[in-house]
Amino acid sequence: MAQLPLELILTRQLASYLATPMFLVGPAGELLFYNEAAEAVLGYRFDEVVELPLAAWVQAFPLFSATSGQPLAIEEVPLARALQERSPVHGSIVYQRPDGERVAVDVTAIPLIGQGGKTLGAAAIFWVDVPEKQPA
Amino acid sequence: MRIEIWGSRGSLASPGPRTLRYGGNTATVLVVGENGEHLILDAGTGIRPLGLTMPPHLPRVDILITHLHMDHLQGLGFFGPIYRSDIDVHVWGPPSITMSLHTRISRYLSPPLFPVRMRDMPCRLELHDVQPYMRIGNLRVRTDLVCHPGPTVGYRITNADGRSVAYLPDHEPALGVSTFPPSPNWMSGYDLMHRADLLIHDAQYTDEEYPSHVGWGHSATGHLAALATLAEVKRLAPFHHDPGHADEELDVLRADLAERTPAVEVLPGAEGARFDL
Repeated sequence: MAQLPLELILTRQLASYLATPMFLVGPAGELLFYNEAAEAVLGYRFDEVVELPLAAWVQAFPLFSATSGQPLAIEEVPLARALQERSPVHGSIVYQRPDGERVAVDVTAIPLIGQGGKTLGAAAIFWVDVPEKQPA
Repeated sequence: MRIEIWGSRGSLASPGPRTLRYGGNTATVLVVGENGEHLILDAGTGIRPLGLTMPPHLPRVDILITHLHMDHLQGLGFFGPIYRSDIDVHVWGPPSITMSLHTRISRYLSPPLFPVRMRDMPCRLELHDVQPYMRIGNLRVRTDLVCHPGPTVGYRITNADGRSVAYLPDHEPALGVSTFPPSPNWMSGYDLMHRADLLIHDAQYTDEEYPSHVGWGHSATGHLAALATLAEVKRLAPFHHDPGHADEELDVLRADLAERTPAVEVLPGAEGARFDL
Protein backbone atom coordinates (compact mmCIF):
# COMPACT_ATOMS: atom_id res chain seq x y z
CA MET A 1 0.00 0.00 0.00
CA ALA A 2 1.86 3.08 -1.24
CA GLN A 3 1.83 6.27 0.77
CA LEU A 4 -0.11 9.15 -0.71
CA PRO A 5 1.52 12.55 -1.25
CA LEU A 6 1.69 14.69 1.88
CA GLU A 7 -0.53 17.33 0.27
CA LEU A 8 -3.37 14.79 0.04
CA ILE A 9 -2.77 13.54 3.57
CA LEU A 10 -3.00 17.08 4.92
CA THR A 11 -6.07 17.84 2.80
CA ARG A 12 -7.81 14.83 4.29
CA GLN A 13 -6.86 15.92 7.78
CA LEU A 14 -8.23 19.40 7.10
CA ALA A 15 -11.41 17.94 5.61
CA SER A 16 -11.96 15.70 8.61
CA TYR A 17 -12.23 18.81 10.81
CA LEU A 18 -14.46 20.89 8.54
CA ALA A 19 -18.21 21.16 8.93
CA THR A 20 -18.30 21.96 5.22
CA PRO A 21 -18.93 18.85 3.12
CA MET A 22 -15.69 17.95 1.33
CA PHE A 23 -14.84 15.20 -1.15
CA LEU A 24 -11.29 14.24 -2.15
CA VAL A 25 -10.11 12.35 -5.22
CA GLY A 26 -6.73 11.27 -6.55
CA PRO A 27 -5.12 12.18 -9.89
CA ALA A 28 -7.24 9.70 -11.88
CA GLY A 29 -10.40 10.84 -10.15
CA GLU A 30 -10.43 7.88 -7.79
CA LEU A 31 -12.31 8.52 -4.55
CA LEU A 32 -9.92 8.87 -1.61
CA PHE A 33 -12.04 10.36 1.14
CA TYR A 34 -15.09 12.37 2.06
CA ASN A 35 -15.81 13.85 5.42
CA GLU A 36 -18.64 13.47 7.90
CA ALA A 37 -20.47 16.52 6.55
CA ALA A 38 -20.35 15.02 3.07
CA GLU A 39 -21.64 11.74 4.47
CA ALA A 40 -24.73 13.62 5.62
CA VAL A 41 -25.31 14.94 2.09
CA LEU A 42 -24.53 11.72 0.25
CA GLY A 43 -26.36 9.39 2.64
CA TYR A 44 -23.48 6.92 2.83
CA ARG A 45 -20.76 6.68 5.42
CA PHE A 46 -17.32 6.79 3.82
CA ASP A 47 -16.44 3.50 5.47
CA GLU A 48 -19.31 1.86 3.57
CA VAL A 49 -18.01 3.07 0.24
CA VAL A 50 -14.21 3.20 0.64
CA GLU A 51 -11.99 3.95 -2.30
CA LEU A 52 -13.56 3.64 -5.76
CA PRO A 53 -12.40 4.51 -9.28
CA LEU A 54 -14.01 7.56 -10.89
CA ALA A 55 -16.44 5.58 -13.04
CA ALA A 56 -17.55 3.51 -10.06
CA TRP A 57 -18.28 6.37 -7.69
CA VAL A 58 -20.06 8.40 -10.37
CA GLN A 59 -22.32 5.38 -10.76
CA ALA A 60 -22.69 4.87 -7.01
CA PHE A 61 -23.65 8.51 -6.44
CA PRO A 62 -26.32 9.35 -9.08
CA LEU A 63 -25.75 12.89 -10.34
CA PHE A 64 -27.99 14.88 -12.63
CA SER A 65 -27.86 18.16 -14.48
CA ALA A 66 -29.53 20.91 -12.49
CA THR A 67 -30.90 22.38 -15.70
CA SER A 68 -31.97 19.41 -17.85
CA GLY A 69 -32.44 16.78 -15.15
CA GLN A 70 -30.45 14.31 -17.27
CA PRO A 71 -27.76 12.08 -15.73
CA LEU A 72 -24.34 13.68 -15.75
CA ALA A 73 -21.73 12.09 -17.97
CA ILE A 74 -18.40 11.45 -16.24
CA GLU A 75 -16.72 14.29 -18.11
CA GLU A 76 -19.40 16.70 -16.84
CA VAL A 77 -18.80 15.93 -13.17
CA PRO A 78 -17.15 19.02 -11.59
CA LEU A 79 -14.32 17.03 -9.98
CA ALA A 80 -13.51 15.29 -13.26
CA ARG A 81 -13.57 18.64 -15.05
CA ALA A 82 -11.29 20.24 -12.47
CA LEU A 83 -8.77 17.45 -13.02
CA GLN A 84 -9.08 17.54 -16.79
CA GLU A 85 -8.93 21.33 -17.08
CA ARG A 86 -6.51 21.91 -14.16
CA SER A 87 -8.66 24.83 -13.10
CA PRO A 88 -11.45 25.47 -10.59
CA VAL A 89 -14.95 24.48 -11.59
CA HIS A 90 -18.17 25.66 -10.00
CA GLY A 91 -21.42 24.04 -10.95
CA SER A 92 -24.94 23.24 -9.88
CA ILE A 93 -26.02 19.62 -9.90
CA VAL A 94 -28.71 17.41 -8.43
CA TYR A 95 -27.85 14.38 -6.32
CA GLN A 96 -30.17 11.46 -5.73
CA ARG A 97 -29.83 10.18 -2.20
CA PRO A 98 -30.19 6.46 -1.33
CA ASP A 99 -33.82 7.05 -0.24
CA GLY A 100 -34.62 8.49 -3.69
CA GLU A 101 -34.81 12.13 -2.59
CA ARG A 102 -33.16 14.53 -5.01
CA VAL A 103 -31.23 17.42 -3.52
CA ALA A 104 -29.80 20.47 -5.24
CA VAL A 105 -26.09 20.89 -4.59
CA ASP A 106 -23.67 23.55 -5.71
CA VAL A 107 -20.18 22.12 -6.12
CA THR A 108 -16.86 23.95 -6.12
CA ALA A 109 -14.05 21.70 -7.28
CA ILE A 110 -10.38 22.64 -7.34
CA PRO A 111 -7.38 20.74 -8.66
CA LEU A 112 -4.66 20.11 -6.09
CA ILE A 113 -1.36 21.03 -7.69
CA GLY A 114 1.68 19.88 -5.76
CA GLN A 115 5.25 21.12 -5.75
CA GLY A 116 6.76 20.75 -9.19
CA GLY A 117 3.38 21.42 -10.79
CA LYS A 118 2.13 17.83 -10.57
CA THR A 119 -1.62 17.30 -10.36
CA LEU A 120 -2.09 15.26 -7.21
CA GLY A 121 -5.86 15.12 -7.20
CA ALA A 122 -8.83 17.39 -6.64
CA ALA A 123 -11.09 18.43 -3.81
CA ALA A 124 -14.72 19.47 -3.97
CA ILE A 125 -16.81 21.39 -1.50
CA PHE A 126 -20.58 20.94 -1.57
CA TRP A 127 -22.89 23.84 -0.93
CA VAL A 128 -26.25 22.45 0.04
CA ASP A 129 -29.59 24.09 0.84
CA VAL A 130 -29.19 26.12 -2.33
CA PRO A 131 -32.35 27.34 -4.06
CA GLU A 132 -33.68 24.97 -6.71
CA LYS A 133 -32.52 25.99 -10.15
CA GLN A 134 -35.36 26.61 -12.57
CA PRO A 135 -35.02 25.07 -16.02
CA ALA A 136 -34.02 27.69 -18.57
CA MET B 1 27.71 2.82 5.54
CA ARG B 2 28.62 4.57 8.78
CA ILE B 3 26.32 6.95 10.60
CA GLU B 4 27.47 9.29 13.34
CA ILE B 5 25.37 11.65 15.43
CA TRP B 6 27.08 15.00 16.02
CA GLY B 7 24.04 16.85 17.34
CA SER B 8 20.74 15.38 18.51
CA ARG B 9 19.11 18.28 20.34
CA GLY B 10 16.02 19.98 18.96
CA SER B 11 14.98 23.61 18.83
CA LEU B 12 17.90 25.19 20.68
CA ALA B 13 21.43 24.19 21.60
CA SER B 14 21.47 23.16 25.25
CA PRO B 15 24.95 22.65 26.64
CA GLY B 16 25.48 22.13 30.34
CA PRO B 17 25.76 19.54 33.06
CA ARG B 18 22.19 18.24 32.51
CA THR B 19 22.88 17.26 28.87
CA LEU B 20 26.38 15.82 29.01
CA ARG B 21 25.53 12.31 27.82
CA TYR B 22 22.95 13.02 25.11
CA GLY B 23 24.61 16.27 24.11
CA GLY B 24 23.52 19.84 23.62
CA ASN B 25 24.29 20.44 19.94
CA THR B 26 21.41 20.69 17.48
CA ALA B 27 20.68 18.36 14.58
CA THR B 28 23.72 17.12 12.67
CA VAL B 29 24.30 13.56 11.42
CA LEU B 30 27.21 12.31 9.31
CA VAL B 31 26.70 9.48 6.81
CA VAL B 32 29.83 8.01 5.24
CA GLY B 33 29.35 5.68 2.29
CA GLU B 34 31.52 2.75 1.31
CA ASN B 35 33.12 4.78 -1.49
CA GLY B 36 33.98 7.69 0.76
CA GLU B 37 30.84 9.72 0.16
CA HIS B 38 30.39 12.22 2.99
CA LEU B 39 26.79 13.28 3.53
CA ILE B 40 25.83 15.54 6.40
CA LEU B 41 22.20 15.58 7.41
CA ASP B 42 21.31 19.05 8.64
CA ALA B 43 23.62 21.86 9.65
CA GLY B 44 22.78 22.36 13.30
CA THR B 45 25.41 23.46 15.78
CA GLY B 46 26.91 19.95 15.72
CA ILE B 47 28.33 20.64 12.26
CA ARG B 48 31.02 22.94 13.69
CA PRO B 49 32.86 20.23 15.69
CA LEU B 50 32.19 17.78 12.86
CA GLY B 51 33.92 20.14 10.43
CA LEU B 52 37.07 20.04 12.58
CA THR B 53 37.35 16.28 11.99
CA MET B 54 36.75 16.16 8.24
CA PRO B 55 39.60 14.64 6.21
CA PRO B 56 41.89 17.49 5.07
CA HIS B 57 41.84 16.59 1.39
CA LEU B 58 38.22 15.50 1.12
CA PRO B 59 37.20 16.62 -2.39
CA ARG B 60 33.45 16.84 -1.85
CA VAL B 61 30.84 17.00 0.88
CA ASP B 62 27.06 17.02 0.52
CA ILE B 63 24.93 18.73 3.14
CA LEU B 64 21.29 17.66 3.11
CA ILE B 65 19.04 20.10 4.93
CA THR B 66 15.57 18.95 5.99
CA HIS B 67 14.18 22.45 6.46
CA LEU B 68 15.34 25.94 7.30
CA HIS B 69 14.46 26.28 10.97
CA MET B 70 17.48 27.66 12.77
CA ASP B 71 18.33 24.53 14.73
CA HIS B 72 18.98 22.82 11.38
CA LEU B 73 20.82 25.65 9.66
CA GLN B 74 22.61 27.68 12.29
CA GLY B 75 25.90 25.82 12.02
CA LEU B 76 26.33 26.12 8.26
CA GLY B 77 28.44 29.28 8.39
CA PHE B 78 30.65 27.67 11.03
CA PHE B 79 31.43 24.52 9.04
CA GLY B 80 35.18 24.81 8.51
CA PRO B 81 35.42 23.18 5.05
CA ILE B 82 33.35 25.94 3.43
CA TYR B 83 36.37 28.20 3.97
CA ARG B 84 38.60 25.85 1.93
CA SER B 85 39.05 26.63 -1.76
CA ASP B 86 39.77 23.02 -2.77
CA ILE B 87 36.46 21.42 -1.85
CA ASP B 88 33.09 21.09 -3.55
CA VAL B 89 30.28 21.72 -1.09
CA HIS B 90 26.81 20.78 -2.30
CA VAL B 91 23.90 21.90 -0.18
CA TRP B 92 20.53 20.25 -0.82
CA GLY B 93 17.20 21.22 0.67
CA PRO B 94 13.57 22.02 -0.01
CA PRO B 95 12.53 25.08 -1.98
CA SER B 96 9.36 26.91 -1.08
CA ILE B 97 6.57 27.36 -3.59
CA THR B 98 8.03 30.64 -4.83
CA MET B 99 11.69 30.67 -3.73
CA SER B 100 14.63 28.41 -4.50
CA LEU B 101 16.75 26.96 -1.72
CA HIS B 102 19.51 29.41 -2.68
CA THR B 103 17.24 32.41 -2.18
CA ARG B 104 15.92 31.06 1.10
CA ILE B 105 19.31 30.27 2.63
CA SER B 106 20.73 33.61 1.46
CA ARG B 107 18.34 35.30 3.83
CA TYR B 108 20.29 33.81 6.72
CA LEU B 109 23.82 33.72 5.30
CA SER B 110 24.05 37.46 4.70
CA PRO B 111 24.22 40.60 6.85
CA PRO B 112 22.80 41.49 9.27
CA LEU B 113 22.23 37.90 10.43
CA PHE B 114 25.66 36.59 9.33
CA PRO B 115 28.83 38.52 8.40
CA VAL B 116 29.90 36.44 5.38
CA ARG B 117 27.79 36.23 2.24
CA MET B 118 27.51 32.88 0.49
CA ARG B 119 29.16 34.25 -2.64
CA ASP B 120 32.23 35.17 -0.58
CA MET B 121 32.76 31.67 0.81
CA PRO B 122 35.96 30.22 -0.64
CA CYS B 123 34.67 26.68 -1.31
CA ARG B 124 33.04 25.70 -4.60
CA LEU B 125 29.52 26.01 -3.26
CA GLU B 126 26.46 24.73 -5.10
CA LEU B 127 22.92 24.78 -3.81
CA HIS B 128 20.27 22.44 -5.13
CA ASP B 129 16.55 22.09 -4.64
CA VAL B 130 15.98 18.48 -3.56
CA GLN B 131 14.47 16.02 -6.01
CA PRO B 132 12.36 13.00 -5.00
CA TYR B 133 15.09 10.61 -6.11
CA MET B 134 18.77 11.54 -6.13
CA ARG B 135 22.10 9.79 -6.28
CA ILE B 136 25.22 10.97 -4.51
CA GLY B 137 28.14 8.73 -5.40
CA ASN B 138 26.92 5.21 -4.86
CA LEU B 139 24.28 6.26 -2.36
CA ARG B 140 20.65 6.55 -3.40
CA VAL B 141 18.76 9.35 -1.67
CA ARG B 142 15.00 9.47 -1.55
CA THR B 143 13.29 12.62 -0.30
CA ASP B 144 9.68 13.38 0.47
CA LEU B 145 7.73 16.14 2.14
CA VAL B 146 6.77 15.37 5.72
CA CYS B 147 4.32 16.93 8.15
CA HIS B 148 6.05 19.88 9.85
CA PRO B 149 5.41 23.63 9.60
CA GLY B 150 6.94 25.06 6.41
CA PRO B 151 8.54 23.15 3.56
CA THR B 152 10.21 20.16 5.26
CA VAL B 153 11.54 16.93 3.86
CA GLY B 154 12.77 13.66 5.28
CA TYR B 155 15.53 11.57 3.73
CA ARG B 156 16.15 7.90 3.15
CA ILE B 157 19.68 6.96 2.15
CA THR B 158 20.34 3.52 0.75
CA ASN B 159 23.73 2.04 -0.06
CA ALA B 160 24.63 -0.39 -2.84
CA ASP B 161 23.87 -3.35 -0.56
CA GLY B 162 20.34 -2.10 0.08
CA ARG B 163 21.00 -0.98 3.67
CA SER B 164 19.09 2.14 4.53
CA VAL B 165 18.87 4.90 7.08
CA ALA B 166 15.76 7.08 7.29
CA TYR B 167 16.11 10.54 8.80
CA LEU B 168 12.99 12.45 9.89
CA PRO B 169 14.17 14.73 12.68
CA ASP B 170 11.14 17.03 12.71
CA HIS B 171 7.89 15.24 12.09
CA GLU B 172 4.37 15.40 13.43
CA PRO B 173 2.48 12.66 11.59
CA ALA B 174 -0.17 12.61 14.32
CA LEU B 175 -1.37 16.14 13.55
CA GLY B 176 -5.08 16.03 12.88
CA VAL B 177 -5.24 12.23 12.92
CA SER B 178 -8.10 11.02 15.11
CA THR B 179 -6.79 7.47 15.56
CA PHE B 180 -3.04 7.10 15.39
CA PRO B 181 -1.43 5.46 13.55
CA PRO B 182 -3.50 5.73 10.38
CA SER B 183 -3.14 3.13 7.62
CA PRO B 184 0.22 3.30 5.84
CA ASN B 185 -1.08 5.12 2.77
CA TRP B 186 -2.32 7.99 4.98
CA MET B 187 0.79 8.19 7.15
CA SER B 188 3.18 11.07 6.52
CA GLY B 189 6.70 9.76 5.99
CA TYR B 190 5.72 6.10 5.74
CA ASP B 191 7.51 5.34 2.48
CA LEU B 192 10.72 6.88 3.77
CA MET B 193 10.62 4.84 6.96
CA HIS B 194 9.25 1.51 5.75
CA ARG B 195 11.60 -1.31 6.80
CA ALA B 196 14.56 1.02 7.22
CA ASP B 197 17.56 -0.58 8.87
CA LEU B 198 17.85 2.51 11.05
CA LEU B 199 15.30 5.23 11.68
CA ILE B 200 16.44 8.50 13.22
CA HIS B 201 13.22 10.23 14.22
CA ASP B 202 11.77 13.13 16.14
CA ALA B 203 11.09 12.25 19.79
CA GLN B 204 10.71 15.71 21.24
CA TYR B 205 7.83 15.24 23.66
CA THR B 206 6.54 12.83 26.23
CA ASP B 207 2.92 11.79 25.81
CA GLU B 208 2.02 14.15 28.65
CA GLU B 209 3.77 17.12 27.03
CA TYR B 210 2.33 16.67 23.53
CA PRO B 211 -1.23 17.99 24.06
CA SER B 212 0.08 21.47 24.85
CA HIS B 213 2.33 21.44 21.76
CA VAL B 214 -0.03 20.22 19.04
CA GLY B 215 0.87 21.78 15.71
CA TRP B 216 4.45 22.60 16.69
CA GLY B 217 5.65 19.92 14.30
CA HIS B 218 6.95 17.20 16.61
CA SER B 219 6.17 13.75 17.90
CA ALA B 220 5.53 12.23 21.28
CA THR B 221 6.90 8.93 22.53
CA GLY B 222 3.64 7.12 21.85
CA HIS B 223 3.54 8.35 18.25
CA LEU B 224 7.11 7.22 17.69
CA ALA B 225 6.42 3.78 19.13
CA ALA B 226 3.36 3.35 16.93
CA LEU B 227 4.93 4.57 13.70
CA ALA B 228 8.16 2.58 14.16
CA THR B 229 6.10 -0.54 14.69
CA LEU B 230 3.82 0.17 11.74
CA ALA B 231 6.78 0.92 9.46
CA GLU B 232 8.59 -2.23 10.66
CA VAL B 233 11.90 -0.46 11.15
CA LYS B 234 14.73 -2.57 12.52
CA ARG B 235 16.51 -0.03 14.69
CA LEU B 236 15.34 3.27 16.06
CA ALA B 237 17.30 6.23 17.37
CA PRO B 238 15.05 8.81 19.06
CA PHE B 239 16.26 12.27 18.09
CA HIS B 240 15.57 16.01 18.30
CA HIS B 241 15.42 15.94 22.07
CA ASP B 242 13.62 18.78 23.78
CA PRO B 243 16.06 21.36 25.22
CA GLY B 244 14.39 20.92 28.59
CA HIS B 245 14.96 17.17 28.77
CA ALA B 246 17.95 16.22 30.91
CA ASP B 247 19.94 13.03 30.41
CA GLU B 248 18.03 11.13 33.09
CA GLU B 249 14.70 12.03 31.51
CA LEU B 250 15.93 10.85 28.12
CA ASP B 251 16.99 7.53 29.66
CA VAL B 252 13.43 7.09 30.92
CA LEU B 253 11.99 8.09 27.55
CA ARG B 254 14.18 5.56 25.74
CA ALA B 255 13.28 2.78 28.18
CA ASP B 256 9.59 3.59 27.75
CA LEU B 257 9.99 3.51 23.97
CA ALA B 258 11.84 0.19 24.08
CA GLU B 259 9.09 -1.34 26.20
CA ARG B 260 6.44 -0.23 23.72
CA THR B 261 8.33 -1.48 20.65
CA PRO B 262 9.47 -5.02 21.40
CA ALA B 263 10.14 -5.74 17.72
CA VAL B 264 12.40 -2.73 17.31
CA GLU B 265 15.86 -2.22 18.73
CA VAL B 266 15.89 1.20 20.39
CA LEU B 267 19.30 2.86 20.46
CA PRO B 268 20.37 6.03 22.22
CA GLY B 269 20.04 8.99 19.87
CA ALA B 270 22.94 10.69 21.59
CA GLU B 271 25.70 12.95 20.40
CA GLY B 272 28.69 10.69 19.73
CA ALA B 273 26.59 7.64 18.83
CA ARG B 274 27.85 5.67 15.85
CA PHE B 275 26.00 3.04 13.83
CA ASP B 276 27.35 0.75 11.14
CA LEU B 277 24.95 -0.57 8.51
